[in-house]
Amino acid sequence: MNDFVRELSALPLSTLLTLGVLFAALVLYAVLGGADYGGGVWDLLASGPRAGEQRRLIETAIGPVWEANHVWLIFMIVLLFTAFPPAFAALSTALHIPLTLMLLGIVLRGTSFTFRQYDRQDDTVHRRWGRLFAISSVFTPLMLGICIGAISTGGILVQNGFVTSGFLQPWLAPFPFAVGLFALLLFAFLAAVYLTVEAEDEALREDFRRRALVSAGVVGALALTVYLMSQEAAPLVRAGLTQRPWSWPLQIVTGVFAAGTLGALWRRHFHLARVLAVGQVALILTGWALALYPFLVPPDISITEAAAPLNVLRPVLWGIAIGLLILVPSLLYLFRVFKGRNGVRKVV
Amino acid sequence: MTDLFAARSQMAMSLGFHIIFAAVGVALPLLMVIAEALWLKTKDETYRTLAQQWAKGTAILFAVGAVSGTVLSFELGLLWPRFMDFAGAIIGLPFALEGFAFFVEAIFLAIYLYGWKRVPPAWHLFAGVMVSLAGAASAIFVVSVNGWMNSPTGFRIEGGKAVDIEPIVAMFNPAWVPEAIHMTIAAYAATAFAVAGVHAFLLKRDHDNLFHRHALAIALVVGGITAILQPLSGDLNARHLAHQQPRKLAALEGQFKTEKGAPLRIGGLPNEKTRETPYALEIPYGLSLLAFHDPQAEVKGLEEWPKADYPPVAVVHIAFQIMVGCGMAMAAVGVVALILAWRNRHRLGRWSLPDQTWFLRTLVLAAPLGFIAIEAGWTVTEVGRQPFIIAGIMRTAEAVTLVPHLTIPLITFTLVYLFLAFVVVFLLLRQFRQSPRIVRDRAGDITVGESAAARAKAAGDAD
Ligand code: HDD
Ligand code: HEM
Ligand code: HEM
Repeated sequence: MNDFVRELSALPLSTLLTLGVLFAALVLYAVLGGADYGGGVWDLLASGPRAGEQRRLIETAIGPVWEANHVWLIFMIVLLFTAFPPAFAALSTALHIPLTLMLLGIVLRGTSFTFRQYDRQDDTVHRRWGRLFAISSVFTPLMLGICIGAISTGGILVQNGFVTSGFLQPWLAPFPFAVGLFALLLFAFLAAVYLTVEAEDEALREDFRRRALVSAGVVGALALTVYLMSQEAAPLVRAGLTQRPWSWPLQIVTGVFAAGTLGALWRRHFHLARVLAVGQVALILTGWALALYPFLVPPDISITEAAAPLNVLRPVLWGIAIGLLILVPSLLYLFRVFKGRNGVRKVV
Repeated sequence: MTDLFAARSQMAMSLGFHIIFAAVGVALPLLMVIAEALWLKTKDETYRTLAQQWAKGTAILFAVGAVSGTVLSFELGLLWPRFMDFAGAIIGLPFALEGFAFFVEAIFLAIYLYGWKRVPPAWHLFAGVMVSLAGAASAIFVVSVNGWMNSPTGFRIEGGKAVDIEPIVAMFNPAWVPEAIHMTIAAYAATAFAVAGVHAFLLKRDHDNLFHRHALAIALVVGGITAILQPLSGDLNARHLAHQQPRKLAALEGQFKTEKGAPLRIGGLPNEKTRETPYALEIPYGLSLLAFHDPQAEVKGLEEWPKADYPPVAVVHIAFQIMVGCGMAMAAVGVVALILAWRNRHRLGRWSLPDQTWFLRTLVLAAPLGFIAIEAGWTVTEVGRQPFIIAGIMRTAEAVTLVPHLTIPLITFTLVYLFLAFVVVFLLLRQFRQSPRIVRDRAGDITVGESAAARAKAAGDAD
């Protein structure tokens, strides 16, 4: 533990802060933007006597917020190429194909959602856009997860700034696909938990409670699968998850949050379940990020080597600080106007 | 097709697509806010209906702008990783600030669109104002990046790497101010002309419809003023080029020889082999005068540079002619509108909408000019920088990714964008057809009626 703290505090403050902002953006994108994708999953799987109401609830829940939530992704990308340019160059070369596919998903999801709202409201047209929206909502996080999985394998090799591991090998493998599925299910689980809070109708709330419980089970099974696969496929991350001094405490806390979410759902404390689910996702991402440390893209791109000089990071951090002064109140206002009654404020 | 050419085509296609939605995203919120402010001031419901209709258009176009912008952010790395490896740290600051502008824009647009009944009127108007300010801010920030590619500053090169980076100096590069002014005005002019064209077309068929009359009035004021300002701002760009980017100026003017008292060429077809620009109407001393405000000033010709550093001269020159042609035509329309409105003022004692049929017809014809000029102007800027991605520092060929088969994503994205364009046009046309009908009866009361389409349908049913 001490070694780790010493290493980390040896990083310049600006680098540390930049990493912190990058990580915060990742978590926010996952818990806000991720849930919007998850909503699409439940749109696709809407069933039973209230399928129509389920879809309508998802649409009203996502409508006002998805574009703002989506900006976290752009913010992450911009921060990555500003603060760690070699990492951005390597990732967008090695993961060219899954990233391109993810972009297609992003384009089709965003536009079909909007077109559905503004095209003719007759059922066939509405359903056609809805289908496209739902399918691209499933496809996009799958690709995102594949990219994360590919980074975790440590298979992206870089020499003198050039990617030497090819354009397929790092991601076209079982492990990244398993991570892709895990990401998809995790987002679906989050969305179901949120929707239990958003639903005003008792029966509808029960629909999503059931979905949350089932998907929590699947998430657990997938987490175990990914963990077992990582032994062979992602030894570095595996070591980070098990052998560092913080590994087990973090695992245990994550487990407690997961169990707590389940318990809260079971006993119908939906607000509490939402808070715990967000915590659970944040902890999973923390575990992953710490397991990568000290690399951004293992095994060849480390944080210190990739970081832009301090005279770049400092003005960018100032820019971010000023930006946050405008962003935070605006964002709180947005969530208060559209989610206030139900108290999403507590989560954001 | 080489992979380099595929990458350039994909970048050009994505930007050419995004810029249309970006320009609308800058300007349509302004029109919408003006309408809403007039509603709050006059209590005339027509204005509120108008603000709501424009907001609907903004919502559709903004979504397409947002996703196509996301594609661009990734494409910088997907297509030009060596460029981003070198330049990411230098130009990240304006991109990061642009990110905050996106947040603000997306947040307040949501409040505007979904908040008609949820927030008080003053807050609602404020949300609209924020959307329109944030839209302009994001355009201004991102243009700083482009300005830096054209006039790179704020770093030194040592061993092929950028050192001594000063992001603030890079952000305030010399090309930024002229480009940002010109682009921002372009967005307002182009969007207002397109909007004016649509409402002029509908007004021609439905002459008393206040909905279209109010819409046209707002669009004409915004479009007229900006169209008259735009050539002045373009002059600033040209003088900036003369001092900072002489190679590009030579290309866009088809100037092969360095000469004093260079003529301004209107039209003409530059020939890189013979190094001449035949078929042009030459205005003596025109170029020296415009670029340096001195008829005897020396203008550098392309002969100053090795052949390998020529941009595609004919493309740049023709694109420039197209932009200036559109710009002059738009400014002329702006002036005519002003004269007609002023004459009405004399006759009727108040400013009133110029609604002569011939003028409405002209407006319909002028509707696409602004967007044509935007596409042409960016072609001038970007193709005129070739063969460099960072002027004088890095060649486009050095920047491109090593990933093979780039024609596949090029074709895929082209097809997807064609599909989106088709859907957007379809949705907008449907919205135009259903636009409300608002008329004033003899007593001066206003009645909000059905859309023209609904009436036509009713008439059809009656037959
Ligand atoms: C409504 C659109 C529009 C109109 C009417 C005009 N332009 Fe323009 N022009 C643009 C839209 C535009 C643009 C698309 O927005 C560009 C591309 C880059 C930029 O900053 O603005 C541009 C670039 C651009 C450049 C190159 C700047 C550079 O590469 O740094 C010059 C020299 C001019 N313009 C000059 C003019 C002149 C003399 C005009 C006179 C009528 C004119 N433009 C009308
Ligand atoms: C701030 C905004 C912009 C940035 C940062 C930017 C950046 C780039 C980059 C990185 C390239 C590829 C490298 C190169 O060919 O030089 C490029 C090419 C190009 N861009 Fe832009 N661009 C911007 C705005 C635009 C817009 C709005 C258009 C509108 C049409 C445009 C049109 C083009 C074209 C036509 C090319 C291809 C040039 C060629 O290869 O011949 N650009 N731009
Ligand atoms: C001169 C060129 C450009 C202008 C004027 C411009 C302006 C804008 C504007 C006003 C928006 C808001 C969305 C809308 O209203 O449709 C937008 C969206 C966006 N633009 Fe551009 N842009 C330009 C070029 C670029 C380039 C080169 C990039 C990236 C490299 C980019 C990235 C984005 C992104 C990521 C969004 C989405 C923001 C969101 O999700 O709300 N843009 N752009």
